[in-house]
Amino acid sequence: MSEPEVIVGIGGAAGDGTASAGNTLVLSMARQGIAAYSYNSYQSVIRGGHSWLRLRFSAKKPLNHGDQVNVLIALNQDSLDRHLQELPPGGVCLYNGAKFQPSYDPPARVQLCGLPVPDLAPDSVRLPVMQNTVAVGAAVQMMGLGFETLAAVFETTFAKKPAVVQKNVEAARNGYDYAAKNFQPLATPLHPTDQKWAQSSGNDLLAMGAALAGCKFYAAYPMSPATHILEWFASHAKRLGICVRQVEDEISVVGMCIGANHMGVRGMCATSGGGFALMSEAIGMAAMYETPVVIINVMRAGPSTGVPTKTEQADLNQVFGASQGDFERVVIAPVSMGDCFVTPAVAFDVADKYQIPVVILADLLLCEGSETVATEVLDVEFPIDRGELITTADGSPDEPYLRYKDTPSGISPRAIPGLPEHLYVSGSDEHDEDGVLLSDVFTDPIRRKKMVDKRHRKMSTILRDLPAPMLEGPADAETTLLGWGSTWGVIKEAAERLTAEGVSVNHLQIKTMIPLHGDEIAAVVEQSQRLIIIENNQSGQFARHLRAETGIVAHGHIRKYDGEPFEPKHIVSAVNDIIGGQEVVDVLSTEPGFRTDHPTGTSGSWEGLNQVTRPGVPTKA
Amino acid sequence: MTAPATVVEVKDFKPEVHSDWCPGCGDFGVLTALFQACAQLQIQPHNLMVISGIGCSSNLPGFIRSYGAHTLHGRLLPFATGCKLANQEMTIIGTGGDGDGYGIGLNHFIQAMRRNIDVTYIVMNNEIYGLTTGQVSPTSETGMKTKTSPHGNLEGMLNPMALALAAGCGFVARGFSSQIKHLVELYKAGIEHKGFALIDVFSPCVTFNKLNTYQYFKERIYKLEDEDHDTGSFHAAMDKALEWDPKIPIGLFYRNPDPRPPLDSLDPALTGQPLVHQDYTIDSETRGELIREFM
Ligand SMILES: Cc1ncc(C[n+]2csc(CCOP(=O)(O)OP(=O)(O)O)c2C)c(N)n1
Ligand code: SF4
Ligand SMILES: [Mg+2]
Repeated sequence: MSEPEVIVGIGGAAGDGTASAGNTLVLSMARQGIAAYSYNSYQSVIRGGHSWLRLRFSAKKPLNHGDQVNVLIALNQDSLDRHLQELPPGGVCLYNGAKFQPSYDPPARVQLCGLPVPDLAPDSVRLPVMQNTVAVGAAVQMMGLGFETLAAVFETTFAKKPAVVQKNVEAARNGYDYAAKNFQPLATPLHPTDQKWAQSSGNDLLAMGAALAGCKFYAAYPMSPATHILEWFASHAKRLGICVRQVEDEISVVGMCIGANHMGVRGMCATSGGGFALMSEAIGMAAMYETPVVIINVMRAGPSTGVPTKTEQADLNQVFGASQGDFERVVIAPVSMGDCFVTPAVAFDVADKYQIPVVILADLLLCEGSETVATEVLDVEFPIDRGELITTADGSPDEPYLRYKDTPSGISPRAIPGLPEHLYVSGSDEHDEDGVLLSDVFTDPIRRKKMVDKRHRKMSTILRDLPAPMLEGPADAETTLLGWGSTWGVIKEAAERLTAEGVSVNHLQIKTMIPLHGDEIAAVVEQSQRLIIIENNQSGQFARHLRAETGIVAHGHIRKYDGEPFEPKHIVSAVNDIIGGQEVVDVLSTEPGFRTDHPTGTSGSWEGLNQVTRPGVPTKA
Repeated sequence: MTAPATVVEVKDFKPEVHSDWCPGCGDFGVLTALFQACAQLQIQPHNLMVISGIGCSSNLPGFIRSYGAHTLHGRLLPFATGCKLANQEMTIIGTGGDGDGYGIGLNHFIQAMRRNIDVTYIVMNNEIYGLTTGQVSPTSETGMKTKTSPHGNLEGMLNPMALALAAGCGFVARGFSSQIKHLVELYKAGIEHKGFALIDVFSPCVTFNKLNTYQYFKERIYKLEDEDHDTGSFHAAMDKALEWDPKIPIGLFYRNPDPRPPLDSLDPALTGQPLVHQDYTIDSETRGELIREFM
C-alpha cells in the first residue's frame, strides 16, 4: 500500500449526527481529489443504538472500508469505550473532552485528543451536534489538509442558511486551529489530487443509471435498504419527467411496473427480500407475457424480517426460484457502487431485447455504502437498445399480427398497445402465437410444447449480451478466489495482499448470476489447482449453483453471515487457513466495538463466542 | 399514429373466439353490454384495453376484440394502473369477479379508489367462486351453503357499494346482467367519468350458485333511476348501499358532483404527452447537473 490512507471511524448513537459528519468529511476529501469509501454499521432504530461509520480515504481509490480504523471520532461515551481499544499505534482518538473521558488507558502510542468543545463552539451547549463540526475540523487538520475546502462544503450543505454556515465554519476553524496547536498530525498525511470525484451510494447510482437508461416509470413500497432509490426518483421525478409512485405493497408495485412496461415504457422497481417474495407470482406473469421488467432486490440479512440494517448475499436461491414453472430470467449482481450505475442500462437492454424479467441483485453493502466515483465514469450516454419493439403502424400489416409469433430466435416483435391492426390479448395462461389461450377449452400438447420451446429458445444467444466473469491476476495462479456481486473490491484487495505475501492467487468475480457463463468459469478453474468460493451467506448458495450448472466443486469456502461485510484481513487469513487444509471458514467480526450486551443482561458472556465452528462439517486435516 | 377514425360498430368488438362460459351464465350479458357501450361511445378497438384477473368472469378480455390482458388472480388493478399511467390516452376497463376483486385483490381495490386512477372497473359479482367450482366468496350471503361452507357461511357478507363509497370512489353503480340496456348506460357513464368508476354487476352463476339466481334478483331489484334518488349525495348513496333484502337497489348510487381529478391527470410526468410517447433520453447538460449533486 504505497499511497497513504486514513480510515476514520465515527461512532455515536442514532440521532447524534454520525452520517452528516461523515458526509461533510467525505465531500471535503472528494473535492480535493481524495477518494473515499464508506460503510455504516447501524441498527434499525431512529434514536439510540450504536452507529459505526467507517470512512476510508486515499488518493488511490479504496475498494472497501478496510481493516482497522486509525482515526476515531467518538460522539458519545459508549463509542469511546467501544472503539478506543481498537486503535493501532499511531492512531488518534478525538472526542468532546468536556463531556466524555476514556474509561481505560488507550493502547500504546495512541494519541488522546480531548477537544474543549464548549470553548471552541459556544453554541454546542444548545446544539450538541456542533461537537461533530469541531471534531471534523480537527481531523482535517491532522490529516494534513487545508481548511478552505471544508469551509466551502458547509456553504453547500447549508446553502439556504448563511447563519448556520458561519457558525459551522467558525466551529470547524476553531477545531482545526486547536488541533494544529495541541495535537501531533498523522504520520502519513493525505495529499490533494486533480481527480474529480462524485460521492454517491449504490442506491443513488442505481437510480441515476436507470434514469439515464430511459426509465420513465418507477414504483416502490419503502423497504430498507432499497428505500433510498424511491427517494431519489421522487425528488427527481418532476425535473426528469419520470412517473414515480409509492403504492400499497410490492404485489402492486410489480404489477404496475409490468403494466407500464407492457405499454412500452421502461419501468423499474426495487425492494428487499421480503418485498421480492411478494413480487414472485407476477415475475412469472411477466415471463409468460414476454413483457420486459427490471426489478432490483437489495439484499439484507434474512430470513424473514431478519436483520434489516445488515448486509448479506443470501437471496440468490429466492431470485433463482421465484415463481412457479420453467421460465427465462436474468439475474445480474453489480460488483461495485460504480457498477451499480451501469447495470440498469444492461438490464433494460437485455429485458427489452429478450422480453423477459431481469433482476438486479444488489445488497446493503453496495446500496447504502458510498464511494467516490470518477466523474468521467458517470458522464456517459448509454446507447439504448429497445429490441424488436413496434411503436408505429403505417397501414395494415401484410399478414395478421401475431404477438407471440414462433420465430427462429424465439423473439416475437412486440407491438405496444394502442396501435391499429396489432390487437392482442396477453394471458398469464399458456397461449398460442396469436395470444389465444391454450389452457381452458383446448389443451393441445403440441402447441403447449411449441410455446415453451419458443420462449426458451431466446436464451440461446443471451449470454453474449451479459457481462462475462472478470479474471484478475495471473491465469496460471495456484489458487482461484471466486466471489460474486458486492465482494469484488474486498476480494481484489485481499488477492493483491496475498500476492505480495507470495501466495499464488487470482480472482474471478461473477456478475451475471443467471444464466451462468459456465464455459468461461470452467476455463479459469481448469487452470488452477484450488478453487475457493467467497460469499456473504451461511449455506454457500453460489457454490451450490455453480455445482448444479457446471459440476464444478470448490475446494474451500469462505463465508460470513454475522451481518457485517468482509474486510480484506478476513479473506487473507481465511485463504491461508484453507491452503492449510480447512474446507469451510466461517468468518466473524470479533472487534470488541461490535459487542453489545443485551439490556436484559441475559445474553451471557462473550467468552468463547468468537470460536464458532460449523457443526457437522468435516475439516480436512 | 392513430388511424383515421372510422365509425365503430358492435361487430368490430366481436372476436373470432367464442366465449366459453356455461350456457345461461350472467357474464354473457355483461359482455354484450360492453360491446354496445364501446360502440355507442365510438371507442376504437385499438384505443381500448380490457384487463382482467383470474376467474370465469376474468376470461372476458379473450372474448372482445381490443387490446387486453388476463393477469393474475386479484391483480388486475395494479397492472391496469401501470397501463393507464404509461398511456392515459387508452380507455382502460378492468373486468373480474367478486373473489378476484373483493377477496384476494381487496387491498388493490380500495387503494385504486383512493388513488382515483381513471379506470372503469366492472365486477361480475356472482357471490361465488365459479372457476374453482363453487366455493364461498366474500360476497356470499351469511348462511349460504357452498362446497366449502357445507353447514352455511359463518362469515359476514362484504358490501362493495358501501366499501367503495367509504374508500372515496367518485362513481359507484350496480347493474344486473339481464338488464342490458340499463347496464349499457351505467358503463357509458362510468367510462366517461374522469376517475375510478365501480360498476358491480349481479351476474348469476347458473352452475354453482343456487341461491342468487335470476329469479332471486328479479324478485328483489329495483332501479334507483325510477326513484327520487339524489346521485350527488354521499349520504343518500350510503343509505341505498346498505339496503339488501327484501329490496335491492341497482343503478347509479353516487357520482361525486365535485370529483377529485384522476391521478393520471395530476402526476407531473403525465401532463402533456403520454409517457410512452415521451422522449426518454436525458441531455448531457441535465446529466452534468445530476453528477454535480454528488460533488
Ligand atoms: C393466487 C391464486 N390463488 C388461487 C387461484 C385459484 N382461483 C382461480 S379463480 C378463483 C376464484 C374465482 O372467483 P371469482 O373471482 O369470483 O370469479 P368467478 O369464477 O366467480 O367469475 C380462484 C380461487 C389462483 N388462480 N391464483
Ligand atoms: S361456472 Fe358459473 S360463473 Fe363460471 S361460466 Fe359457469 S355459470 Fe358462469
Ligand atoms: Mg365469482
